[in-house]
Amino acid sequence: MNVQTRKELQVWAAKIRKTALKTIQDAGSGHIGGSFSIAEILAVLYFDQMHVDPANPDAGDRDRLILSKGHCSPAMYAALALRGFFSLDHLSTFRKIDSDLSGHVEMHVPGVDMSAGSLGQGLSTALGMALYGKSKKRDYRVFCIMGDGEIQEGQIWEAAMAAGFFGADNLIGFVDNNGLQLDGPLEEVMSPYPIGDKFRAFGWNVLEVDGNDVEQVADAVTLSSHIHNGRPTMIVADTIKGKGVSVFENQVRFHGGQPSPEEWQIAYAELNSKIAELEGLK
Amino acid sequence: MGEMISTRVAYGQALAEFGGRENIYVFDADLKSCTMTKYFAETYPERFYNIGIAEANMVDIGAGFAACGATALVHTFAIFACGRVYDQVRNSVAYPGLNVKVVGSHAGLTVGEDGATHQCIEDISLMRTIPGMTVIVPCDAHETREATRAILDTHGPCYLRTGRGTVENVTDTVKEYRFAIGKGITLTGGDDVTLIACGLMVQEALKAEKLLAAEGIHARVIDMHTIKPLDRELVIQAAEETGAIVTAEEHSIIGGLGGAVAEALAASCPVPMEFVGVEDTFGHSGAPLELLQQFGLTPEHIAACARKAIERKNK
Repeated sequence: MNVQTRKELQVWAAKIRKTALKTIQDAGSGHIGGSFSIAEILAVLYFDQMHVDPANPDAGDRDRLILSKGHCSPAMYAALALRGFFSLDHLSTFRKIDSDLSGHVEMHVPGVDMSAGSLGQGLSTALGMALYGKSKKRDYRVFCIMGDGEIQEGQIWEAAMAAGFFGADNLIGFVDNNGLQLDGPLEEVMSPYPIGDKFRAFGWNVLEVDGNDVEQVADAVTLSSHIHNGRPTMIVADTIKGKGVSVFENQVRFHGGQPSPEEWQIAYAELNSKIAELEGLK
Repeated sequence: MGEMISTRVAYGQALAEFGGRENIYVFDADLKSCTMTKYFAETYPERFYNIGIAEANMVDIGAGFAACGATALVHTFAIFACGRVYDQVRNSVAYPGLNVKVVGSHAGLTVGEDGATHQCIEDISLMRTIPGMTVIVPCDAHETREATRAILDTHGPCYLRTGRGTVENVTDTVKEYRFAIGKGITLTGGDDVTLIACGLMVQEALKAEKLLAAEGIHARVIDMHTIKPLDRELVIQAAEETGAIVTAEEHSIIGGLGGAVAEALAASCPVPMEFVGVEDTFGHSGAPLELLQQFGLTPEHIAACARKAIERKNK
């Protein structure tokens, strides 16, 4: 990846964070931690890797993304707005009455390929889309982002078994491995580790990357798309929950909790500073 | 006497007959020889997926297909289709309004010897309460074939209930029979009481009509194959014209056909009403006919309830 592309994707990740944060602030609620941990993944998918067209969001041959951890809608809606699927102004209606931007992602929103919210279902719906693509001999890819806590759901492993069995090599998953869930560290609540070995055992390619490094994420997606060994690929993305704002990072309370007035100020200051730095204005 | 054939076999045959459209995909969870998707699987193997014993995964894989524009039909026993995967059906099928048909076989007590864990008597209630869900309970093989064709031609989420045992064909000889989702079928005239039934209780209601006729009571029998959307017009008309209603279903008396009819009538035309169904209890092992007898799903009990409703009307 050249320096310019890397910088651009980092800017998009920072803008996704800042936009998601404003969206949550306007709404008065929303999930900061898990939205921030996947900002680089979304930046890479929407601004580098995925074949999507905001002018034609339902194109049959588009790549698809299922945000199985649907509560991280602020990040996805921010990415979609920044990518041009709908206006940035529209984000101010998030979680408000009569808005299509519900608390969890909803497929009638332009650019959203599947509703999600009840955890554990997205890998199955993604597999369905992948198998449909194979059946129709279309070459689109299907991406699915899961939380690391989410893979405690048994259905994830039903889907893992089936995707390996059917050889769905057009399916690329991410586990957002930030180590924290609502009640605390996964290691204390319910350990799913080792994650990679479990997917390997079900017949997946497994790539383990720094999920907050745009280059590593992009390289993993590129590699996944060119392996062609008849296996789906799971990218175990090591991330930091709340990444990008010092007071949010690795804090369980920002799974769904809201910042104090001082913390809002710190967050915007740090994100603005990061964007300015990356854009070379500082 | 009409031909004896189960609704699940009729469904499986109809699915193979009408499943030629290339965008129809069929999914099963290791029960293709029971749900009878095996006929489709033999005819169109390239559009059949056996997901194994993983019903949640199956429903959501179907949802994924439907999100790409397919008509997806997912199959398992009713108890799993509605209970085990309620959340998948609600959140990944019905909420997004996807074109997934959930087909639950072996519904009701007449699964028989397998006992309570497999006797689904809550499916109509569970599915009916989900916004946007169509709920269809055909009574015989002929009607099942028509219902299968209709759901394949209709976009949107739908639950279709089939049964294990053989049932007598009764709708194939009905003059000018035309199946339409949401339109009940009046099988016999009569102005003293209306018997509204679904599934195999339609046949029992027809027998009850004969018992009542012998006493000079003229019962109207309605085959209410669609529980949702309910044919409110037909129900209200029956209440207005006969003044007494009995519902009959192989299902809990809570939340099923009886509940749906009662909701319609309470709001528009309250008349004396009696409910034939499984009281608030689980089933248990036994031969299907023994179970129907023991739980009061009989023509005699329907007739008794009809007399009671008429008596209340005349008070």
